[in-house]
Amino acid sequence: MSAPATAEVLSVSPPAMSRRRARDLWRGVARVGESRPATVGVLIILFWLAVAALAPLLAPYPPNASDLAALAHPTPSRAHWLGTDHLGRDLLSRLAWGARPVLVIAPLAVLGATALGCLLGLAAGYHRRWIDLVLTRACDIVLSFPVIILYMIILTHFGSSAWNIVGVLTLTKAPIIARIVRGLTLELREREYVAAAKMRGESALYIMLVEILPNARGPLLVDMCLRTGYNIIIIGVLGFLGIGLPPPDPDWGGMVKDTYGMMSVWPHMALVPCAAISSLVIGFNLLAVGLRELGLRD
Amino acid sequence: MARFVAKHLVFLLLTLFVVSFLVFALNEFSPGAVARKELGAYATQEQVDLLTRQLGLDRPLPVRYAEYLGKAATGDLGYSARFKLPVKDVIWKHLGNTALLAALAFACIVPLSMLLGIAAGMRESSRLDRAILLFSTVVASIPEFALGVFLASIFVVWLGWLPGTATLVAGGGWSVATQLVLPVAVIVLFDSGYVISMIRASMIEVMQRPYIRTAVLKGMPFRDVILRHAVRNAMITPITVIMLQINYLVAGVVVVETVFAYPGFGRMMLEAALFKDIALVEAGALVAVFVAVATNILGDLAYMILDPRIRA
Repeated sequence: MSAPATAEVLSVSPPAMSRRRARDLWRGVARVGESRPATVGVLIILFWLAVAALAPLLAPYPPNASDLAALAHPTPSRAHWLGTDHLGRDLLSRLAWGARPVLVIAPLAVLGATALGCLLGLAAGYHRRWIDLVLTRACDIVLSFPVIILYMIILTHFGSSAWNIVGVLTLTKAPIIARIVRGLTLELREREYVAAAKMRGESALYIMLVEILPNARGPLLVDMCLRTGYNIIIIGVLGFLGIGLPPPDPDWGGMVKDTYGMMSVWPHMALVPCAAISSLVIGFNLLAVGLRELGLRD
Repeated sequence: MARFVAKHLVFLLLTLFVVSFLVFALNEFSPGAVARKELGAYATQEQVDLLTRQLGLDRPLPVRYAEYLGKAATGDLGYSARFKLPVKDVIWKHLGNTALLAALAFACIVPLSMLLGIAAGMRESSRLDRAILLFSTVVASIPEFALGVFLASIFVVWLGWLPGTATLVAGGGWSVATQLVLPVAVIVLFDSGYVISMIRASMIEVMQRPYIRTAVLKGMPFRDVILRHAVRNAMITPITVIMLQINYLVAGVVVVETVFAYPGFGRMMLEAALFKDIALVEAGALVAVFVAVATNILGDLAYMILDPRIRA
């Protein structure tokens, strides 16, 4: 997997501190409409969120039920709008139910990685000295490890489950966020309001979480979007490699794994989940492109 | 320069040390694991214990790890249970295959992403820029297996121009060269999307510098401004990113190798991990980390050579 656009993210200047946070937040959400990539991205994401939320209503069949009669002609038909897979399971139903695990695991892992990364990055950037050295080196070691191989080793050893996937994604992505936050902290710790807080006698933890972190949120937000997209790719890849969410419940990557061998006969079985996962990642990445544009315009 | 290299070599050794210990501990922490794997699920506990003692696996973990390191230093990495060959031979063979794939892909990625990245970044927000930005965002968003499925359904199933597998054994009327086209294409598309966006960002930044404005104002043709002044400066930052792609190309192409049944390093690691081929997993992880850290160092060196300001 490629690393994220760290250098680019860093170039977004943190927005000025504001007291009217709620109004700012609303204005920020409304401004998404100003950027076409962001608008398209949000619409795609909302579409899949709706599909995931309404899966029980949308899915015409139970996701694991086989329609043996459809096996003779698994291609799209009136009974099965998107066709069925090699076991006669309705693709539309599996697609809708399969949106759920992805849309839960990917953001959960991003939140975990962001929380852990922020703590590590703040500690390293604010305290400097040996804490900085140890944390930076530890992050470098994790980052130097080719992640896919790390996932393979860990997930085949401990077994694969939703929680294990969230865990490895959190641990492997936190160092990247820590690096970004550390860079921002090094810059922000020299500001006057940090000096003022120190004069007031605030604790280091207070200064890190209340004075510094909120001002690093702009670049972090862009990064969280990118990271969600990457996580969706990784969840798909893990499913495709056979080390992702355990069958038989539908998982987009796993659906491709089961059926890409039959491409020459029934290409739709693999194409449908591939299109779904691609569109969802495109949604998140377009949103990130749009947010970065809006951030640079400030 | 010498100090820089020495410092990084120490870090390389430290990383290899930490990673090898972690992987070793993860796989061999419980003493019976290796013997159990060797004997299979139907062996009795007594048999497992006996073999564990015979192999000396009941000794403390640090002792066994030291012995493992000593053997590895002399080139003995153990025996692969999955491939029934010495680990060293298995790794060399697969690493060679992946190197071929990676070299071909790298040779396409660099010129393609330089061309598109520079073309997009020289006039920010122009129509060309928007088109290239959209292209790079979209191709970087499609997972490799999905790209593989899309391309295969067009060129294999629909048009019938190319073979759907790349086993590196000529057969079914397809030469090895035609087998390589699709795997390379998937890697190039997926990876260049990211590199393009990095070069574009760097180019945009350079185009706002005063020396570019000076060059334009003194009446220099736009082509010369780009080629003589902008490109060289714009390539400094992305060179590390480009070098980091080698890391991805060696260890990260497991998906592409799986899609096209390519006998490469990544797929070998997947098979080893799924089969719990402990010796191969441990050695393979070391190789992967070595490649990763070494390319990192090369990237930093290239950076220093290109930018004299940080050479001090």
